[in-house]
Parts: sequence; C-alpha cells; structure tokens
Amino acid sequence: MRTITRLLIFLMLVFSMGAEAGPQIQHWVTKNGLRVYLVAAPQLPMLDVRVTFAAGSARDGNYAGVANLTNAMLPQGAAGMSADEIASAFEDVGAQFGHGSLRDMAWLSLRSLSDPDFLQPALDTFAKVLWQPDFPERDFERLKNQTLVAIRAAEADPSSIAEKAFYRALYATHPYAKPSMGTRESVAKLTRQQLKDFYQQRYVAKNGLLAITGDIDRKTAEQLAEILSSGLQSGEQAPPLPPVKPLEKSQTIRIPFPSKQAHILLGQPAIERGNPDYYALYLGNHVLGGGGFTSRLVKEVRVARGYAYSVYSYFLPMEAPGPFMIGLQTRGSQVDDALGVVRETLTGFMDKGPDKAELAAAKKNITGGFPLRVASNRNIVEYLGLIGFYDLPLDYLDSFTQKIDDVSGRDIKRAFAQHLAPKKMITVIVGGEEAVQ
Amino acid sequence: MHRILALILLIAGLPGVTHVADAALDVHEFQLDNGMKVLVQEDHRAPVAVSQVWYRVGASDEHSGITGISHLLEHMMFKGTEKYPAGRFSEIIAANGGQENAFTGQDYTAYYQFLGSDRLEIAFELEADRMRNLALPQEEFDKELEVVKEERLMRTDDAPESLTYERFNAVAFLNSPYHHPVVGWMEDLNTMEVGDLREWYQHFYSPNNATLVVVGDVEPKAIFALAKKYFGTLEPSLLAKPKPRLETAQHGERRIKVHAPSKLPYLLMGYHVPVLKTSKTEWEPYALDVLAGILDGGASARLTKDLVREQEVATAVGAGYRMTSRYSGLFLLEANPAQGHTVAEVEQALLAELKRLQTEQVSQEELQRVKAQVIAGDVFQLDSVRQLANQIGALETVGLGWELLDQYSAKIKAVTAEQVQAVAQKYFVEQHKSFAELVPQSVPAQQTEAKE
Repeated sequence: MRTITRLLIFLMLVFSMGAEAGPQIQHWVTKNGLRVYLVAAPQLPMLDVRVTFAAGSARDGNYAGVANLTNAMLPQGAAGMSADEIASAFEDVGAQFGHGSLRDMAWLSLRSLSDPDFLQPALDTFAKVLWQPDFPERDFERLKNQTLVAIRAAEADPSSIAEKAFYRALYATHPYAKPSMGTRESVAKLTRQQLKDFYQQRYVAKNGLLAITGDIDRKTAEQLAEILSSGLQSGEQAPPLPPVKPLEKSQTIRIPFPSKQAHILLGQPAIERGNPDYYALYLGNHVLGGGGFTSRLVKEVRVARGYAYSVYSYFLPMEAPGPFMIGLQTRGSQVDDALGVVRETLTGFMDKGPDKAELAAAKKNITGGFPLRVASNRNIVEYLGLIGFYDLPLDYLDSFTQKIDDVSGRDIKRAFAQHLAPKKMITVIVGGEEAVQ
Repeated sequence: MHRILALILLIAGLPGVTHVADAALDVHEFQLDNGMKVLVQEDHRAPVAVSQVWYRVGASDEHSGITGISHLLEHMMFKGTEKYPAGRFSEIIAANGGQENAFTGQDYTAYYQFLGSDRLEIAFELEADRMRNLALPQEEFDKELEVVKEERLMRTDDAPESLTYERFNAVAFLNSPYHHPVVGWMEDLNTMEVGDLREWYQHFYSPNNATLVVVGDVEPKAIFALAKKYFGTLEPSLLAKPKPRLETAQHGERRIKVHAPSKLPYLLMGYHVPVLKTSKTEWEPYALDVLAGILDGGASARLTKDLVREQEVATAVGAGYRMTSRYSGLFLLEANPAQGHTVAEVEQALLAELKRLQTEQVSQEELQRVKAQVIAGDVFQLDSVRQLANQIGALETVGLGWELLDQYSAKIKAVTAEQVQAVAQKYFVEQHKSFAELVPQSVPAQQTEAKE
C-alpha cells in the first residue's frame, strides 16, 4: 500500500516535470479570427513572428502554380513600396524576412531585434507586405520567367525528377499530385489577376494563424496580434481537401537519366496530421529508417553493404494523408541489389515489428532527445506554426514524450499493417546510366 | 495607412526591452596539461548542450595521392575501438537522447554530440576513447570506402554546379592545398588503403591537436573537471608545424569549361585575396567582408537588385568571401543567366559591378545596412547553440581564436568607404582572375517506363 502511494507520488512528480519541460504555449484568437500562438522567451533581445495560411499548392485549383507565385510576389511590391524599398527597409535594420509555400501551407516570417529602433520599421514593412501586396506587372513577369527557368532546371535534376514522378504516381487526381511550382504550361498561362484573387481569398484572418516567439510579454503580443490581423480581411477558412484514394496496385517507374547514381523513391500515401497512429508510426519508423546510424535501413544498406551514402524513410503527415517514403541513391549497377535489401528490410520490419531492444533504444532517443527539438526560438516558432496550422492540441509538445513512451511493439506492428501495404507501393528509379570509373 | 501608424506607436511603448549590447559572448577557456584546449560558453535557456571535438587536420593538410583521407578517416571514426566496437558509439549516444555526427573541411575535422546537458559525461568518455584507440578494421574500411565513393557521386559527380566548383578550385589554386576537394579525387579514393588512414590518425589525432567546445546549460568549472577526467589522461604527440604552402603568383586569367547534363548554365569567377591569417594589414579582410555584404548581403544588396531585378540578366547571383580560412582564399562571384541571356553577358554585368566598386565609393546608406546586419547577427547567432559552437570551434582551430567573434562587429563598424574602394582596386585585377562556365549537356527526352 505504502509502496503504491509512493509510486503514485513519484509518477505525479515525473509528470509535472514533464509538463514543465516544454515551452508554455499561450493561445487566443483576434477579433477578426486570426489564431495566435505565443511562447514568451525573454532571454535574448529578439523576436520571431510567423504568419501561416492554408494557401499552399493544394489550393491551386485550375491554376497550377498560383499559390507558389502568389507567395513569391508578396515582397516584390506592397503599399506602393518597390521590391528594392521593401528589401532595404528590412535589411537596413538587420531584420530577416522570409516567405515560402508548400503543398499545404504558405507563410511569411520575420526575425528582428526587439529593440524598438530595429523592430518598429521591420514590423511596419512586414505589415505592408502582409496586408497590401501590389503584384507589380514587371516583377510578375520576371518571377514568372524565373519560375519557368526553375521548372526547366528541375527537369535536368534526377532527384527532382524522381520526386515529381513519385507524387504524380501516389496522388493521381488529388491536388497533391502536382508539383508546387506548377508546370511549364500552367505557369506560362498565369495572370496577375489570378494571383490577386488567390491572395484575396486565402490570405485572410480566418484562414491563418500567427506564431510569436521571443522577447515580448502577453499584453504586448495581444496588441501586436490585434494590429497585424486588423489589416487582413476576416474571410473564410479553406474547405477540407478531398480524400486520397489508396493505391490499387504496385508500380515501378523507370526514368532514364545520364547520371552515375540512380535516385530511388519507394512509398505510398499514409496518414494525415492528427491521426492517432502517428506516434506508433513515428516511433516504428525511427527503428526502420528515421533514426540515423542506428536505424535498420542505414545498417543494412549503408553499414553492412556500402551501397549508399544516404538512405532514409519517413512519414510526412499532411492535411490529407501525406506520403510514407523510403529514399536512397546508389550507383546504377547496384540498383537491383540495393532495392532488394530495402524491400526485405521493410517487409521484415512489418512482419515482426521492432525487437525489444530496438524499441527501448528508440524510445530513449526520442524522449531523451526531445528538449533538443525546442532548444531555440527558431525551433519553437516553427513548431507553433505547425501546431496552429494542423490544429494540434496545445499540449502537443508537452505530451509528446509520454505518447511515445506509451507505444508498444504490438501497436507499431498493427499501425504499420493498417497504414502500409508493401504489395501496393510505388517505386521510382531515375538515372544511373553512366559508368563509374 | 492609419494602421501602420498604430503599429509604430505600439512598439514604441514596448516595456523593458533588453538592449543589444547585453548580448556578448562569455567563453571560458581552459587548457589541460597535455595541451588540449577546452572552451565553454554558457546558455541556460534550455537543458541541452552541444559538445564538439575539433582536430586541427583537414583536406588542406593532404597532398596528391591521398586526397580525401581526412574525410574518410572521419567516417572511420564511427567504426569502433577495442572498448566500443563499430556502431556502439552511435547506439550509446542515441540511447542517451543525443544527436551526433561529424564534418570535415579544408582546415578542420570536427565531431559533435547534441544532447541533454546532464549527459555530457558519456560523450566525453566516448570521444576520449576514440581520440587515441581507434581500431580501423580492414573489413569496415572496405565497406566505408564504397560509402564515401557514393557520397562523392552524389555531392559532386552528379551535381553539375558542385562539379564546376571543384574543377574551378583546381585551376584557381595552382599549388595551394585548396587545389584539392575535401572529399578527395575519385582516383585517389580508388587506391586508398587502411594503412594510410592509420598513419594519418596516429599523426593528427592527439589532445594537443584538439579543442573541446561545449555550449549550453553547463557550469564551466564542472565541464573543465569532466574534461580533465576523460581527456586529461591522454598522451600528447609530437606535432610537426605545417608548412606555409603559399599560393604562387598568378600571371594571367585562367578560364575553363565544364560540360555536364543540366539545363541551366552557370558561371563562377574568383580573385585571389588574403584572409585574416595571411593579410599584411588587419583591415583588408574586414573591408573585403563589407564589400561582399554590399554586393550580396540580402535582397536589397547590389547583385540581386541590379542583375536580377533591374537588368534581369540573371535568375540567381551571389558573392562570397570567407576571411577565416587557414590559407589565402578567393573572392567568389557566381550566377545563373536568365533565359535569353548568355554567360558572357552576365560576366560583363558582374565585371561592371566590380568596376563600379573600384571607381565610386559605396554610399553611407549601404555601409550602414551592412553594419546593422552585423549588429543583429551578433544577437541572432546566440539562438542556436550548435551554430555558436561551430563558429567558436572553427575560429579556434584555424588559430584565430574565438575572441574574434566578439571583436567582429567592432571591426566591421570601423570599415570606411575608402577602404572598400581600396580593396576593390587592389584585388579585382584580371591577371588574378579565374573563371569557370558550366556548359549544359543536353538531357535526352525522358522516356518513362512503368511496369506493375
């Protein structure tokens, strides 16, 4: 009896320590509907701000590439300022402005000193870019041409060719099938008006979130959030993405390319963000190919046989089910042997799951290493963006290690069997035609 | 418009902001009796620390025939000692929640563990063990050599712009060790033997040729005691002083072409310039650094502004100068021409930018911008313990000392427009220029073959 009580107290202590380990996330919503996530970190005199919208290429609709180009155009002209003036306004105060887009999301970010002499002008310019992009004609034509050049360049890069073919095969008619940049044909046809419409519809308060980390208190952050969101239309949240159809059969796609190494990708659509099996799949994949030098794929393909420098696997949970992917590069003459080892490693893992020692080691690595992931302001603001975007629970970071600890070997085996079907996978092999001296 | 005003008012009222001057480094420095240096910077924001062992050996210590040996040895450092056989190092660090890896450069080889600050002891024990007791088994060497060849294929042979850079260095540097790539020539890898590595290891891996850097949630005295316990017992070795290996004078422009499968042309040019270790005057490297910032310190700097946005002759353009290398280096310029523009046009546009720096002084606004970026960068660099440790370790290992990090912004602030013009005039001369062009080799139309 006494032992049990003591144990309970011990467990509670452990839990409360765990709860204090993660950064304290504060959350609220501004008047016009922008969700805000704050972690105060006053130790360094700097501030990170990141605004994210459901405005990635999955929202392109009939205009493939519009999301990417809209985001790229934001700092090219705003509120009457030219691209030169915007860039100078940030850099004259040492601020770092960033922006980008993927399949699900698009974002703008700012890193500045928190000293008002530096921060004020930086935030002022940030607000203009966020609220009033001008999409100037000449810059639009220039960026369109640059995008076309980038698309052509990707056509001569074996790893880009492989990725493009992989997504196309996995997602067929789903919006994820198309490359974020769009295609030569679709980008050539894009108009300024289409970009403006996309901005009007997607860069709106209810379709976005604001993440803040750094030297700022709650009250000031509330004011900052209220003002930053006040220049955005309230708008509407983007509708859910269409479901992803599972693959019906396996397929191997070979694309010739004059390179010495072949770039190989294997996989299939797997899980969406927020799927409760995420923890089992994440932990299992750590053993399979996510845990670096101690993972099975690295041991079998690289360490035991010297077939590849880089070999890995991961689940990429997205708004709709994102891919499970195994990737490697190996010289052309070794493709079949290396692929054989990869396939054997995957099915072997799925048949038996991780052994006890592997499971324990993976748990120790992930839970023991958790503080490393949230050690910098940059890590934290990126996590806030992720938590906000996918509407993950506010205790996502705090509960992460516990959720990992709770996973059993059986959970992993079941989750892998439920979400992966090695007999219905896509394999893409690009290049490897040139002889190695 | 009124919203922007409101924003300004709000931030002016920010209470209790910390001032920029507070963000100074405070590195604690110790030396063990065997000559090993220990550098500790505290950062108590999170319960983590990075621990790095830096060796004063890299590709620039190598000679023809054994190029790539430092990097290959770095790979073999994970292949076991008598006490901890191949793979154990990584397993132990992983079980302690750590991340680990290593990197090799021209001037150093470094090993790091990033882990909870209460787990440093195991990292020290393992690093101390492999500093003197590496096993280098033949069968592990045979496999790892193939892994390194795959790495070379991936990073260089199949990467057209990297390949161009490798070939460019080999003509820009005639006799300087920077002539050779870090990963080594494939021909040298093909004939490498484990015995070569054994000699290399015995010569360079010793406490008096190493620096331990720890940044994180630690107490400097405790780290020193721990370092003494594990590294303090290791025997030092006799080290030969490296030869100066000065680059011979260049007597005319050097131009090469590299043909490779690609769709984008690319050009690279460089001029020989001094670095902090080799410069006769202290200010010149700082003036060259400011000059690099004037050309390429962000989207508002001259190259992007002029060549990409205004003239639209290039889609991407950059300038680079690193003043912290062991031997003299290059001031580099690179670009991808925009569609409908030739490599020759972009070269002319770049030369015009250099000419402008030689004939007109840079504006005070441009100088101020570069300086503001340096002031902000001083604070931003403190956000990542890993990056900070990288900088401290690299500076210490090339013999410049970590103190340079602290002095850097003051030295940059002291640079004048006259000095920037002076280095442009002195170093951007055609006789000292090297130039490389990547000529895209057509890629045959892809005939996809799919089978179920």
